[in-house]
Amino acid sequence: MTESKREVRIKVPVLTRVEGEGALDIAIHDQEITELRLRIFEPPRLFEKFLEGRDYQEVPDLVARICGICPVAYQMSAAQALENAFAVEVPAAVHEWRRLFYCGEWLQSHALHIHLLAAPDFLGFNSVTEMAGKYPAEVRRGLRLQALGNDIMELLGARSVHPVGARIGGFHSLPTANKYAPLLQRLRDAHEDARALVLWTAGLPLPDDEQDFCSVALHDRTGYGMYGDRLISSEGLNIAIEEYPQHFSEFQVPYSTALHGGLHGRPYLVGPLARLNLNAARLPRSVQEVIEATGIRFPSRNMFHSIVARAVEVLFAVQEATRILEAAPAVDVPCVEIRPRAAAGSGCTEAPRGILWHRYETQGDGRIRSARIVPPTSQNQARIEQDLRNALQAFGLDRDEPALRLHAETVIRNYDPCISCATHFLRLNIKRSTT
Amino acid sequence: MDRYFLTQIFSTCLVCGVYDMKPGVAVHKFSSCDGCQLAFLNLGEELLELDRLVEIVHFAEAGPFDEQTPVAIAFVEGSISTQADTERIRRVREQADFLITIGACATSGGVQALRNLADSGAWHASIYPEPEYLDSLDNVTAIREHVKVDLELWGCPVNSRQVLAAVRALLFGVLPETDRDKVCMECKRQQNVCVIVAQGVPCLGPVTRSGCGSLCPRFGRDCYGCYGPAEALNTASLGKRFAGLGLLPEQVVNRFRAIHSHLEEFAPPQGPDYDRE
Repeated sequence: MTESKREVRIKVPVLTRVEGEGALDIAIHDQEITELRLRIFEPPRLFEKFLEGRDYQEVPDLVARICGICPVAYQMSAAQALENAFAVEVPAAVHEWRRLFYCGEWLQSHALHIHLLAAPDFLGFNSVTEMAGKYPAEVRRGLRLQALGNDIMELLGARSVHPVGARIGGFHSLPTANKYAPLLQRLRDAHEDARALVLWTAGLPLPDDEQDFCSVALHDRTGYGMYGDRLISSEGLNIAIEEYPQHFSEFQVPYSTALHGGLHGRPYLVGPLARLNLNAARLPRSVQEVIEATGIRFPSRNMFHSIVARAVEVLFAVQEATRILEAAPAVDVPCVEIRPRAAAGSGCTEAPRGILWHRYETQGDGRIRSARIVPPTSQNQARIEQDLRNALQAFGLDRDEPALRLHAETVIRNYDPCISCATHFLRLNIKRSTT
Repeated sequence: MDRYFLTQIFSTCLVCGVYDMKPGVAVHKFSSCDGCQLAFLNLGEELLELDRLVEIVHFAEAGPFDEQTPVAIAFVEGSISTQADTERIRRVREQADFLITIGACATSGGVQALRNLADSGAWHASIYPEPEYLDSLDNVTAIREHVKVDLELWGCPVNSRQVLAAVRALLFGVLPETDRDKVCMECKRQQNVCVIVAQGVPCLGPVTRSGCGSLCPRFGRDCYGCYGPAEALNTASLGKRFAGLGLLPEQVVNRFRAIHSHLEEFAPPQGPDYDRE
């Protein structure tokens, strides 16, 4: 077969179960990948430009619209950046409520990705509804956790997609104890579900594919990082979030509407696995014990452990949300007073898919002079391409196209790419030739 | 569209409303944040129930991919912003008996239509070093500017109740009811304290369609119009009220030009009722 000259082209619409629209082109020549391009063609939406001239108070409602799955991340990075610009410190109690808000988003986004988008790959199904036929209890457990996450977001934001509760300086209003009592009870009941989920994901038939990559995550002195003022990497980087532009670059490639990111010019990983690789020691003891029970050690170099990392963060989010609601942080006013000024400020928080960096320049009257937003998926894009090259080589390039295609899709979905943040759905185009 | 036609599409009995064949449903995405598709993906157990009532033929984010098979209902999320989009939406229309737009992007162009107000060529150039690689139309447009739309579900985002109510009504062979009255009416029904009166904030409730459940005033803040224009609205009068609250002319314009900036109903207020001085 490899003796004769041949060229194979496959045009198949493929990557479903991702958020957004893109395509994958691979050319294989003599058992070697000669070209590999993750093409993202979700049209540019130009948020950074139309934020210019808007009042700072409008920013949380506008940037939420970048992503329906992680609106809280956009609101929180923006709030942090603008509060830094205006030199405002939110009270510790308000910060705790924000942490709870973020726990809700991690919980719903991770539960959605694990059950609706990723797990069907490892168990041989095309969709969650198909999977529910064979694994009804597991799917129901996942949907329960997803609903719990959504309900936490609703508690603080009235709805889970583009919530309306957050503002620069705090919240518009905060819930009273009688309002969240039923939610607290459901959270306590969910600990067992979340523990079982971690063990279930660790038991999935995940491919073994060790690779070298650089992990980047926030460093939070007070706990496992959702917020933090420093960025660290597995290769010794330790910088303040304001220094991000001096170390990280974005560059455009002709085949994608998402800018690619590099750390000192090289691909890097952000997201649940990167966070766990760097911050596992900061998890509560009870979560670490569950990780030990899986037999998987973090840091891990197997990218397929991302689904386990996501489940670990589900467990963490459930425990953290329970802790916060039990402590019931008391607040005099839900929002601190803001005095706008001409300044610049950066913000960076851990979106479900990884670090989300914002920077704003403001005018004296509080209007936005300029905005810059770097979403996690564009940061991961170069890493995904690098991973695909290694993963497909390890998988065996002589395998038939359907198998190669499914493996490539699985690798991509594993990153939980949010193409709306950066892009839509993928068509795979494999060209094969031999000489 | 009359009841007889609907019953034809959904093979329902005119007397008892029972249908004898699972109708096909597709969910398509154009330029958007994916948030309206979550009205389905966040259904929980009801998603499994929906799967029993209808055949989900195409829904890329959830797995099924089939753009060819004709369907009874096509839900469309997102706005049209590339040449390729204009061709794809025509194919979606041809394959569907009943086309429903979900959300602000599909129904009015959405938040990204803000770029229609500016020179988007220059904007592209300031974000992308090599803008010539981009396939992007000058203006972002709503679905109804390209093909016939049978039902519009408003909201940024739409909620699960809206999409399920539409499916349920169509399965019974009737046209879904949609809300047209104002957020103010919903506030009165809920007995919310009016945030314009009590706090003096520029709430868009008096001109915005209900359907969200008055979420913003319920949280003690001003509505920002994400459900789009209500029936019989008076933006000039409300603009004047905002000026009275101390908003500068540009701030009044920005209140209306946000999530639905591409709509004439929300064009910046002017005329005898609205005096910028």
